[in-house]
Amino acid sequence: MWAMVVKEFRQVRRDKRTLAMMIAMPVMMLIIFGYAASFDVSEVEVAAFGPGAEQLAARLPAPFAVVATDPAAGREEALERLRRGDVVVAILADPAAPAVLIDGSQLFAARAAVQAFTALGSNIPGLTVEVLYNPDLDTSAILVPGLAGLILLFVGVVITSLGVVKERQAGTMEQLAVMPLRPRDVFVGKIAPYFVVAAIDMAVVLVIGTVLFDVPFNGSVLPLATGAVLFLFVTLGLGVLISSVSENQGQAIQLALMTLLPQVMLSGIIFPLDSMGAGVRWIGYLLPLSYFNLVAKGVVVRGAGFSDLLLPMAVLAGMGLVIFGAAVWRFRSSLAASGKGGAVETVEAP
Amino acid sequence: MTWGVAALTVSFGSTRALSGVDLALEPGTLVAVVGGDGAGKTTLCRVLARLVSPDSGVVRLPPQNRVSYQSAASGAWPDLTVRENLEFVTRVHRMGSAAAERRVDELLAATALTAAVDRLGGELSGGMRQKLGVAMALLPSPDLLVLDEPTTGVDPVSRSELWRLISRTAADGTAVMMATTYLDEAERASEILALDSGVVLARGGSDAVAAAVPGKIWTTTRRPEETTRWRRGREWRVWIRDGSAPPGATPITPDLTDLLTAASLARQEVPA
Repeated sequence: MWAMVVKEFRQVRRDKRTLAMMIAMPVMMLIIFGYAASFDVSEVEVAAFGPGAEQLAARLPAPFAVVATDPAAGREEALERLRRGDVVVAILADPAAPAVLIDGSQLFAARAAVQAFTALGSNIPGLTVEVLYNPDLDTSAILVPGLAGLILLFVGVVITSLGVVKERQAGTMEQLAVMPLRPRDVFVGKIAPYFVVAAIDMAVVLVIGTVLFDVPFNGSVLPLATGAVLFLFVTLGLGVLISSVSENQGQAIQLALMTLLPQVMLSGIIFPLDSMGAGVRWIGYLLPLSYFNLVAKGVVVRGAGFSDLLLPMAVLAGMGLVIFGAAVWRFRSSLAASGKGGAVETVEAP
Repeated sequence: MTWGVAALTVSFGSTRALSGVDLALEPGTLVAVVGGDGAGKTTLCRVLARLVSPDSGVVRLPPQNRVSYQSAASGAWPDLTVRENLEFVTRVHRMGSAAAERRVDELLAATALTAAVDRLGGELSGGMRQKLGVAMALLPSPDLLVLDEPTTGVDPVSRSELWRLISRTAADGTAVMMATTYLDEAERASEILALDSGVVLARGGSDAVAAAVPGKIWTTTRRPEETTRWRRGREWRVWIRDGSAPPGATPITPDLTDLLTAASLARQEVPA
């Protein structure tokens, strides 16, 4: 038995990636998730509109933080700001009929706002509170769009990386390299099925969410599909990149999990980004799922359109360009001949 | 057109895999590349398959769609059926459907894989998988066929079938290079290229290889004192550079196995 223990220790010591996972990951996870795992909302962003906007803004206690006031604007502007996801609460400060509009898609902040306005009600006579987009503050309405993103991420990163590594492990990748195929033929051919499967998966999740869990689909399909395609480019690129630095499927799974876990925890799907400690919140802003979650939640729950989602779409497009570009480059390198490629005269017969 | 390499040198880091290797591959001939582990056989195959680019030398190749390569791992996709593997090759090479179908059926029959046409590549025996790999390589009727140990791990009957298929391909005008560890197979090739630690040990037919080996080979039933000895069955062989007879030994007409072992020993002896 001792011989077996020694052998195993030797093997673990040489597998640097597993060693790093065993030692560094638990510590990192504890620190990151310790700061991230919070549903508490300490600040709710508010925009006040209408003639009494500034006076009302001055009277709002914590957790409300007024980020914009516009005495000249009305309900339309308030709805636009909410649909864009700029603020959680819009106050229409009409002295005759003051009203509060709350974005129900930002679940925890909306719950905190409802609670605070209920307590405030007696101080502002005639105040009406209206929760938009997700009036019952239903959790599933918020989770389902996020889950669609998770599925795209899972198929894109885990399944794609495994598929490419499997090809290399079976020795068939070099068979593709010697065939009269251009690298882009191999690359596109390799990822196309995953692209299609991920798109079907996402559609199925949204349909089931709508039918079984009464998740409202308030927006249109086109902006969601555009966001999904941009996000898929990022995830498929990540999958190919992972495969390019993994020698076997075990290593690919390890790396894919290390990519998935932070996205699940820090992208705002489970814990709101605003509730996270500033020390880890910035990580959330680096993760592609955070931006797809904004797009999916925006379209599905708030009915947001392209003009409302320009920023997350632009970030996803930028990430896609960089990550997918790097993946194409790595993939081409893996198909190219190894060796020094020095002074060689290669004569090709006509 | 003659394909091949001239003054080929390949290194991986500080390891010299091939050094000054020349090899001419004429259409209609079969060159067997032999050598022990680490001799450079696979590297030479990979250079001809464009998977490795050399440090220096000249590589003369047909266009990529006219070269077929079978790796030692057969190159067949384990999660595709035999027919699907072959169909994939026909599609990549844009073979017309009628011609492709005819060629697939012909190769299935020649490799005795017709009955296994719907079995997954991963479910085939080692020998059947190798035969499928060879069939895939032959499918586009290449000008240059590069096979890396296609018969390793294959049973004697399948080896014989594969050999017939490969030699017929050469006879039909394809230039064939086949790396092998089976010297009985190599003896049937048009030419033998023996590699040892990346350098050419001997080349030509069996006679040419015999002529290239200095000294004499002897056989004896008693273990000889000389360090240049090896076992063949129940007997010992001993190679003596100056040809002098060891006690109790008789001279033999060596076969290729003996010749290449002696050539390797001769090469090891030179630096000393």
